[in-house]
Amino acid sequence: MPFYVSPEQVMKDKADYARKRISAIRSGVVLTCEAGILLVAPNPSRALRKFSELYDRIAFAAVGRYNEFETLRKAGVRYADMTGFQYDRRDVTARGLADWYGQLLGSLFTDSPKPYEVEIVVAQVGKTPADDEIYRITFEGSVADEHDFVVVGGQADRVAAVIKEQYSQSMSLVDAMRLAIASLAGQGDGAAEPLMSSQLEVALLERNRTHRAFRRLTGARLDALLAEAEAESAGAEAAAGAEAQAGAETMADAETAAGGETGADGGPDAG
Amino acid sequence: MGGFEPQGRWQASAFLAAGSSSFADFLSMAAPELLPRARHADGQPAHGAATMPRSGPDLPHGTTIVTAICDGGVVMAGDRRATAGNVISQRDIEKVFRSDEYSCVGIAGVAGIGVELVRLFAVELEHYEKLEGRSLSLEGKANRLAGLVRANLAGALQGLVAVPLLAGYDEETDHGRIFSFDVAGGKYEEQRFATIGSGSVFARGSLKKLYRDGMGAQDVMLVLMQALYDAADDDSATGGPDMSRRIYPVVVIVTADGFEQLTEDQAGQYAEAVVAERMHLPDGPAAPLRPASS
Repeated sequence: MPFYVSPEQVMKDKADYARKRISAIRSGVVLTCEAGILLVAPNPSRALRKFSELYDRIAFAAVGRYNEFETLRKAGVRYADMTGFQYDRRDVTARGLADWYGQLLGSLFTDSPKPYEVEIVVAQVGKTPADDEIYRITFEGSVADEHDFVVVGGQADRVAAVIKEQYSQSMSLVDAMRLAIASLAGQGDGAAEPLMSSQLEVALLERNRTHRAFRRLTGARLDALLAEAEAESAGAEAAAGAEAQAGAETMADAETAAGGETGADGGPDAG
Repeated sequence: MGGFEPQGRWQASAFLAAGSSSFADFLSMAAPELLPRARHADGQPAHGAATMPRSGPDLPHGTTIVTAICDGGVVMAGDRRATAGNVISQRDIEKVFRSDEYSCVGIAGVAGIGVELVRLFAVELEHYEKLEGRSLSLEGKANRLAGLVRANLAGALQGLVAVPLLAGYDEETDHGRIFSFDVAGGKYEEQRFATIGSGSVFARGSLKKLYRDGMGAQDVMLVLMQALYDAADDDSATGGPDMSRRIYPVVVIVTADGFEQLTEDQAGQYAEAVVAERMHLPDGPAAPLRPASS
């Protein structure tokens, strides 16, 4: 029984489908700091990673369906290694990769009946925080050149609002970690329970490292960093008194307010 | 099947396929012309090798590589000369490379093939590591390298011979290990030391007399420097330490701490020590004729 469906309707259905699925995903954060580019996301799995190394100074971050972004990750590693082998290691750039991912996802979106339910980030660490490059690529292949930080996943706007308030490029790694944790805590259910190291996946593109900059922060190293971040936020509050108190309150307010919205507004950023 | 196929090469399906974790396998599917293999002009793998003219002598050849196991790891060194026929084509070529954090490769034979082979091998190891989230075992690395060498067999039979020497630190056994290869992809584990290249016979003779089991890294570096000097002494294609230009052999060490290449100054100290000694003893240290116990 042949029937006609307009291209507009097909595209809209596909986009709606992908948006709806992505809006249910917990957010992850990629942010530039003094030490490099920090990647943080809630992830209870030790084996199924959201962050990984694409090339010497370039990392891949993704949220969505694991099998789909894993396929994209492998494709990116193949593309990067092939480009680097054919030309030179310096000729593999985040911009080139982001562009290529955009084309790939764009054609997958138009050609396949089911769009990929993913949102990916390609980040490249530079000599200074100002040289860092962060690109966000969405399920339909649009590429956005982001500055300083980017949040992907369902709660992106809410998480980004928390980061924006306190972010600065010259932040230390500990500060960046504290900010990332504060912004990600209490997603979904709205309750601001602190994230434990076992529930987090953390990686760093280390600025001062030669050759391969990507490093996972796990185990004792991550515990130490989290403890330091926690101590700092507690210390800052105690020392700075009223000012810090006010800052913390606004942050808490923002969280409650956004937490209330969560149910109704299922992922404003997905589009 | 032309060499260059833009359509086939960048087709998305090749990148998205659930293939193996081997970069060489991926290249052979997506861009076979990038593989370092000798081919006929029409792009087909070489056949009828026996009737092909040997094109070896005109191309730059790398010469002597020596390696030996030391306490807690392995040391490799290579001279800096490349020769094309009877001409020295390069004085400061590097023929010992880092292949990953726990292994190194030296090459002898046609430099163009060998250098490309090492480049491919290094990408192969990193590619596997990125896709699988773990490094290959040292045995796995050796098998993979054997496969890459075997892929150039047709070229080797035409005279484009290049063979590698692999040395690495085995994280499982906490020891250095050495593997040598032949052009057919044969892989042989060496127990104490190994040499390849035109000066390898002389270097091996020298190592046999000077090497002792359980030597520390610094002693092994000195032994290897002696062996390279002896190789350069008797083989015209091997370059000795070039004191006037300050060009010294490349020396690398792989231990639990990873790969490290000696700086020019550090390598120069070993080279200068050997050269200074040879001013008095041109043939180098003499080994005792009888075992010390008798």
